[in-house]
Amino acid sequence: MAIAVLALLGGWAMVLLARSREAPPPLPPYEVPALAPDEPLPPPPSGRLASRQVLRLNNSAEPATLDPAKMTGLHELNVALALFEGLTSLHPRTLRPVPGVAESWDVSPDGRRYVFHLRPARWSNGGPLTAADFVWSWQRVLDPATQAKYASLLYCIEGARPGSGPPGFRALDERTLEVRLEAPTPYLLELLAFATFAPVPRGSVEAHQERWTRPGSLVSNGPFILAEWRPFERILLRRNPHYWDAGRAAIEEIDVLAISDAETALKKCLNSELDWIRELPGEKVAAAARLPGFRYAPQLNTYFFRFNVGRPPLDDRRVRQALNLAVDKESIARYLLRAGQRPARSFVPPILPGYTPPEGPAYHPEHARRLLADAGYPGGRGFPRLALLYNSSGSHQQIAEAIQHMWKAELGIHIALTNQEWGVYQTSMQNRDYDIARSSWVADYADPSSFLDCFATGSGNNRTGWSHAGYDEQLALAARETDPIRRMALLREAERILVCDEMPILPLYFYVNAYVVHPRVRGVYDNWRNFHPYQYVYVAAD
Amino acid sequence: MLAFVLRRLFASAVTLLAIVVLSFVLMRAVPGGPFDQEKPLDPRIRERLEASYGLNDPIAVQCLRYVGKLLRGDLGPSLRRPDASVNSILAAGFPKSALLGGTALLIALLVGGLAGVYAALHHNTIRDHAAMGLVMIGVSIPSMVLAPLLVSLFALTLHWFPTSGWGTLGHLVLPATALGLAYAARIARLTRGGMLEVLRQDFIRTARAKGLSEAAVVRRHALRLGLAPLVSYLGPATASILTGSFVIEQVFAIPGMGAHFINAATDRDYTLALGTVLVYSTLLVGLNLVADVSQALLDPRIRPG
Repeated sequence: MAIAVLALLGGWAMVLLARSREAPPPLPPYEVPALAPDEPLPPPPSGRLASRQVLRLNNSAEPATLDPAKMTGLHELNVALALFEGLTSLHPRTLRPVPGVAESWDVSPDGRRYVFHLRPARWSNGGPLTAADFVWSWQRVLDPATQAKYASLLYCIEGARPGSGPPGFRALDERTLEVRLEAPTPYLLELLAFATFAPVPRGSVEAHQERWTRPGSLVSNGPFILAEWRPFERILLRRNPHYWDAGRAAIEEIDVLAISDAETALKKCLNSELDWIRELPGEKVAAAARLPGFRYAPQLNTYFFRFNVGRPPLDDRRVRQALNLAVDKESIARYLLRAGQRPARSFVPPILPGYTPPEGPAYHPEHARRLLADAGYPGGRGFPRLALLYNSSGSHQQIAEAIQHMWKAELGIHIALTNQEWGVYQTSMQNRDYDIARSSWVADYADPSSFLDCFATGSGNNRTGWSHAGYDEQLALAARETDPIRRMALLREAERILVCDEMPILPLYFYVNAYVVHPRVRGVYDNWRNFHPYQYVYVAAD
Repeated sequence: MLAFVLRRLFASAVTLLAIVVLSFVLMRAVPGGPFDQEKPLDPRIRERLEASYGLNDPIAVQCLRYVGKLLRGDLGPSLRRPDASVNSILAAGFPKSALLGGTALLIALLVGGLAGVYAALHHNTIRDHAAMGLVMIGVSIPSMVLAPLLVSLFALTLHWFPTSGWGTLGHLVLPATALGLAYAARIARLTRGGMLEVLRQDFIRTARAKGLSEAAVVRRHALRLGLAPLVSYLGPATASILTGSFVIEQVFAIPGMGAHFINAATDRDYTLALGTVLVYSTLLVGLNLVADVSQALLDPRIRPG
């Protein structure tokens, strides 16, 4: 028996080897769709629908929690999106804030006071959802006992910071909520769609404590309810009949799987056991590109390197500029990454409506050599031995090797490569114990400030030691500016200082998200956050 | 015999305690922490989190507190998963890994044991070489190669089984086979070696000389001693197979315990990592004890004094 099995497998391995083809050509760089800012919401499902409206999707990992107040990661937010809805929700295509539980809102002229008018919404147990529910839920987020990791998102609200007095939100009546802000926050409406601001069911939380997120006790207000939760395996969601827009949601049931191995997920897709893979690592893109439902979309996510400006010669702007100019980002994107990424000449990805980032200098090895010579290292002579740090996973090593080679070939300097396991790397970054380090940044909201605030003096995300009065000033002016066009101009000037003059960073490329959605599944739109509200999704008939 | 078992039980408890303390200290010596992420948390929030889990106390205090809770059967909260306790995570994962591992072990014993005995009885013939050749292939193919091959053939092409997942008997077949075959190969080699050694011994010649049939010689005399090396291998092997295989559970998307060993360590989820270490080492120590006792029962020459 064993002999037969092994012989069969051997033969099969030969067949597979014979079938394997040459590597496919690289994917073309993504195109940014032109979208009107006032794009209407997609129409309800049209055409013939499949009789079984079931969605089987891979979320790639087990969510750490189903309590929206405690969530931080995408794998949690993907489920929160089905279960909970905040005052606002996001347009599935443009990600512009659209009414959620709040039907409408008024903003004061100084942009610091919002009044939200709630619709007559209900919880999944039929109980009314009121302004007091939001007040209680937000107070819960701010309560240290809750251990909400992203409580700091609420700090744009007056008095929300620890020890700064009673928080500036209150229920004016059952269906009216007032929010007062520290400063005008143009992205507040978008922020309110984030899970941290979602209402949670007071009765259930108080009765079950931290066990309230189990099926049965998890009362929710979004388009779906939690039917079953088998940890590390699947989460089963069912349509919530009490959702205010229940008429729109066509999907009856969502099976959210936690398959971490991308190859396994792809095989499930091939075998029609799965309809939707939310994310694919770069090395699986070539294999997935052959599937009919393969797609990729630009993300508000930048891959870059930090220079530790506290360590000479990286304190010299010319050295940082030389290192930037000597890297051929175009080749790295096209020949190494091959999955539709675009090389980065700015820190903010050029996909935000209303904001055109400044263009940093192009690849120019000759100029780079001159700059390095001006800094006192002609032909790289006398340049100290620096190390490039990256965390040991994915394609970071290949990218680091390519850059190491470019610097050697163009500038004549030798940079050592150091890789560290994720946790160790995090500690090195926190302690600024590196020379040059691989980094990435994802925006929390669609605004350039979500990127640019990182490099303000004293920001916890700076981690380069770089500090520039002019940069800080532009950001401060922008934070006070209420005119959106003038504000964007200020932010653009700040970014110009960052990526054209000072260069404490080396932006390398902008991420894309590669994913697979079965062609039968409709209503999933490419967007920069891989964010797909499930009430717009439906399954068309074959 | 009872005194021997009791003595070993006591030694096992001391070993386990040493493992817990050592793992605790080693884990905390590694840089990084459970609340590190690419986007750093607000420092005040981070401090509050660390304080609430007692991570700011001296290591000795934390360790004592952990052991205290452990004696009451509480493995603590998971530092990365606020909705779950370590007890609940392991209680959900272990039975799945154990069922998969148990099935794989049965396959391994059946295939490996038979192949080993068969090869030993046909020592130095073409049958021996054929069986052992196959076994060599089995040893050499890692499960991360074998498993996708099985999936590609039996799930994607023949559609006999689902590609991955958990829940039905059909879901169990491919992963248990992939996991079992690797162990089967080792078991076959051990069985063959053990049997060959015994078959050469005087008392077997005596048994044959008495006129016993070859089958009776093998069953009544040779197997008992020939299996001794296998039994001592089975102790640690069982502990490792029952606590799950990272590769197999990844490839087949099985919500067992295998992934926690790796992920808890990289996540710096100290309590969950300690929990996995504890489950594995308890099984290992316990099964080694069982192996020692059964060896004593199998071989009259090993009798504890």
